[in-house]
Amino acid sequence: MSHHIVELKGLSHVYPDGTNALDDITLRITHGESVAIVGANGAGKSTLLLHLNGYLWPTSGSVRIGDYPLTKETLREARRTVGMIFQDPDDQLFMPTIFDDVAFGPFNLGLPRDEVETRVQEALVRMDIAHLRDKPPFKLSAGEKRRAAIATVLSMAPDILVLDEPTTGLDPLGRRQIISILKDFTHTRIIATHDLDLVLDLCSRTIVLHRGTVRADGRTLDIFRDDALLAECHLEQPLSMQGCPICAGKMKHGG
Amino acid sequence: MHMADALISPAVGGTMWAVSAAGIAYCSKKVKEELDERKVPLMGVLGAFVFAAQMINFTIPATGSSGHLGGGMLLAILLGPHAAFLVISSVLVVQALFFADGGLLALGCNIFNLGFFPAFIAYPLIYRKIVRGNVSQGRLALGATLAAIVGLQLGAFGVVLETLASGITELPFSTFVAFMQPIHLAIGIVEGIVTTVVVSFVWKANPQMLEGSPVKAPTGGFPVKTVAAGLLIAAVITGGVVSWYASGNPDGLEWSMAKVSGKEELESTYGIHSMLASLQEKLAFLPDYSFKGTAEASEEAEGDQSARLGTSVSGIVGGAMVLILAFVLGLALKRFATDASSRA
Amino acid sequence: MAEIARSFHDLNYIDTLSCMDSPVHRIDPRAKLATFLIFAVCVVSFGKYEVSALLPYFFFPAVIIPLARIPARYFAGKIVFLLPFAVLIGIFNPLYDRETLLSIAGLPVSGGMISFVSILIRFILTILAALMLVAVTGFTGVCMALERFGVPKTFTTQLMMLYRYIFVLTSEGMRMARARDLRSVGRKGSGLKVYGSLIGYLLIRTWNRAQRIHMAMLSRGYRGDFFLRRPLRITSADIAFGLGWSAVFITLRFINLPRIAGQLIMGVLS
Repeated sequence: MSHHIVELKGLSHVYPDGTNALDDITLRITHGESVAIVGANGAGKSTLLLHLNGYLWPTSGSVRIGDYPLTKETLREARRTVGMIFQDPDDQLFMPTIFDDVAFGPFNLGLPRDEVETRVQEALVRMDIAHLRDKPPFKLSAGEKRRAAIATVLSMAPDILVLDEPTTGLDPLGRRQIISILKDFTHTRIIATHDLDLVLDLCSRTIVLHRGTVRADGRTLDIFRDDALLAECHLEQPLSMQGCPICAGKMKHGG
Repeated sequence: MHMADALISPAVGGTMWAVSAAGIAYCSKKVKEELDERKVPLMGVLGAFVFAAQMINFTIPATGSSGHLGGGMLLAILLGPHAAFLVISSVLVVQALFFADGGLLALGCNIFNLGFFPAFIAYPLIYRKIVRGNVSQGRLALGATLAAIVGLQLGAFGVVLETLASGITELPFSTFVAFMQPIHLAIGIVEGIVTTVVVSFVWKANPQMLEGSPVKAPTGGFPVKTVAAGLLIAAVITGGVVSWYASGNPDGLEWSMAKVSGKEELESTYGIHSMLASLQEKLAFLPDYSFKGTAEASEEAEGDQSARLGTSVSGIVGGAMVLILAFVLGLALKRFATDASSRA
Repeated sequence: MAEIARSFHDLNYIDTLSCMDSPVHRIDPRAKLATFLIFAVCVVSFGKYEVSALLPYFFFPAVIIPLARIPARYFAGKIVFLLPFAVLIGIFNPLYDRETLLSIAGLPVSGGMISFVSILIRFILTILAALMLVAVTGFTGVCMALERFGVPKTFTTQLMMLYRYIFVLTSEGMRMARARDLRSVGRKGSGLKVYGSLIGYLLIRTWNRAQRIHMAMLSRGYRGDFFLRRPLRITSADIAFGLGWSAVFITLRFINLPRIAGQLIMGVLS
């Protein structure tokens, strides 16, 4: 079961232009956890995520996925283990039909055609888009595209799901659907997002990044109650935790 | 500059298909050998970019016309000749299939005229020779403009030769050349200017993009304003040429730029296009089939003679009959198909 | 911009047509591609003064369009839209070729007139061939047929990637152009300088998108291969479709059906 551990030790990343994007990040995420990574724009969220499937390599420090350190040799296995869902589904859906897109990963794993078929069908049903199987991606709504993007990764049977802003650009219904689907997953989930209400719904643990360092790491509720911390990191309490301003005003007057 | 199926003979179309197919095979092999798998998505989206860029126009100073990017030279600069040839070819395939620009058989000609000349002649022999090692804005402008002009001149000449070799048109060589080359000079100048402006922008904003190409970061060069002024002058001159043509031969210009020239055209904002567009829309509301245009060929048939032609009286009578039959058959099949589907 | 926006309406529309289901749509893309190519070759292979022998080729669209349940009106509209270009291509023939070749109702008809009409008919038939092919086959279908016919995978992959992102990038381009037009009152904003940075910016965004797509491909185990496996199976119906139509086209190439029919009618009348 140690399989599903993500461990970063002293991870730093400096971009070629000299930007110090990540500075000495150390954290450990264990099997079945659902962890949010929050922080203002430019805090280093995306850079961090790109280290988890070896698209970026640490300038110093190390990344461990499951039992192995992430190296060129273990890269393929790590990419299967870590399912990465990018921010813009249009970047993830590059094939002519949804079927082709969802089958892309399994084919690259070298699975036989029957097995690919089964995996694709399972992933599509799981995301509730089996009816869109033969549709080209540009005919889908934003919410459908998002679900299809998740299906492309599910078909590879990953142990860890990494999602970058899974709810941007969705209408309230589409957002709600994504949240309820993600809630049912038993995978280890790492979600980078600005949508703190989603964090409240999905993640028991929150890591706050600030200027490339881990500013806080703890229970989501504790972190969201720390007003000073949130203000320092350019964040705001989720709406559902803020008292209703209208009622609150009345209370003040009444009491 | 797109060649049309209607003007070519099978011999010319077939030859050019073979030539272009060989080009595609060769370039595919080359691109594969480069083993740069990043190029796969890059080529794809750059092809799509050409379509997107062609939707955005700019006003050519001192003319009422607007221009837009053709893209051939830009692709060659960004991707190198082999990948650029494949991208240009793919753009032409989509244009042929969806917009009937050219047609299935003329595709070979079009790929050769619009892909081979810019990617394998103008880019390596002109652009790269001028923009060598030490690059400046001036060299870039000169190289891109000259390369675009030469590429389009050769392409236009290709159109002339292929058309005449097919023998369907009666246009004499000299007239055709005198008509095509100057127009493509104007188009080439505009294309060169646009390419220069876009490449310069990219240079400043994101120099890594040009890393793969022989163009490295600019070494000094002169300020943008000077270049912009120079380009403006070139644009005004171009505009002069264009409007001179436009006043002399409005329809000819419109036609030659907009269709014969394919996508490198300067298109007038108003005029024949919008008129046709509205006509087409109106027609789309007409309740029935329309093969009207061809039925005219059957004008009251009388008179006599001439068996050496396919078109004799019996030919006309029979032709009319065949057309009517085809039309009726189409209608009947349509009814049949609708019935079948409503029953199902 | 309006004209090109129309083009994309067309693209989208034809794509929608190609997703429909009909007996014609179900035929193997290879059989269709080959048939349409033979059609086009036969049409353009006639001499320049041929008119009547071209007309029977209208049977092909007259059968395919209703059977495929695609709207004839759309194609008619397309032809009307494009026809003036054919007129301008062919208009030189009557001007340069004035030799009278026959007379109808006492009116002399020059060779140029005849070849002009011939050009128009070729034009219509070949436009129909191109548009119908993709409307009943779909772009992906055409690509797969090309691949099976030996077109290198690098190129068919390129075609499919291009097609996939046309829709994404054109809407991006349109949004940017609209933003420019909204902010530039009058014509000022459509000048070359703004244009250059607009296109340049679009290009950079496109470039970044390519990088993100590449990331997405890598994270799903991409190693330079595209798997697009559709079980394409040629059935006897597909072969019959291809061979049948090809036989018709080639026969019509050598037998002038309208003239024979006309001679029969004239014979009966006299």
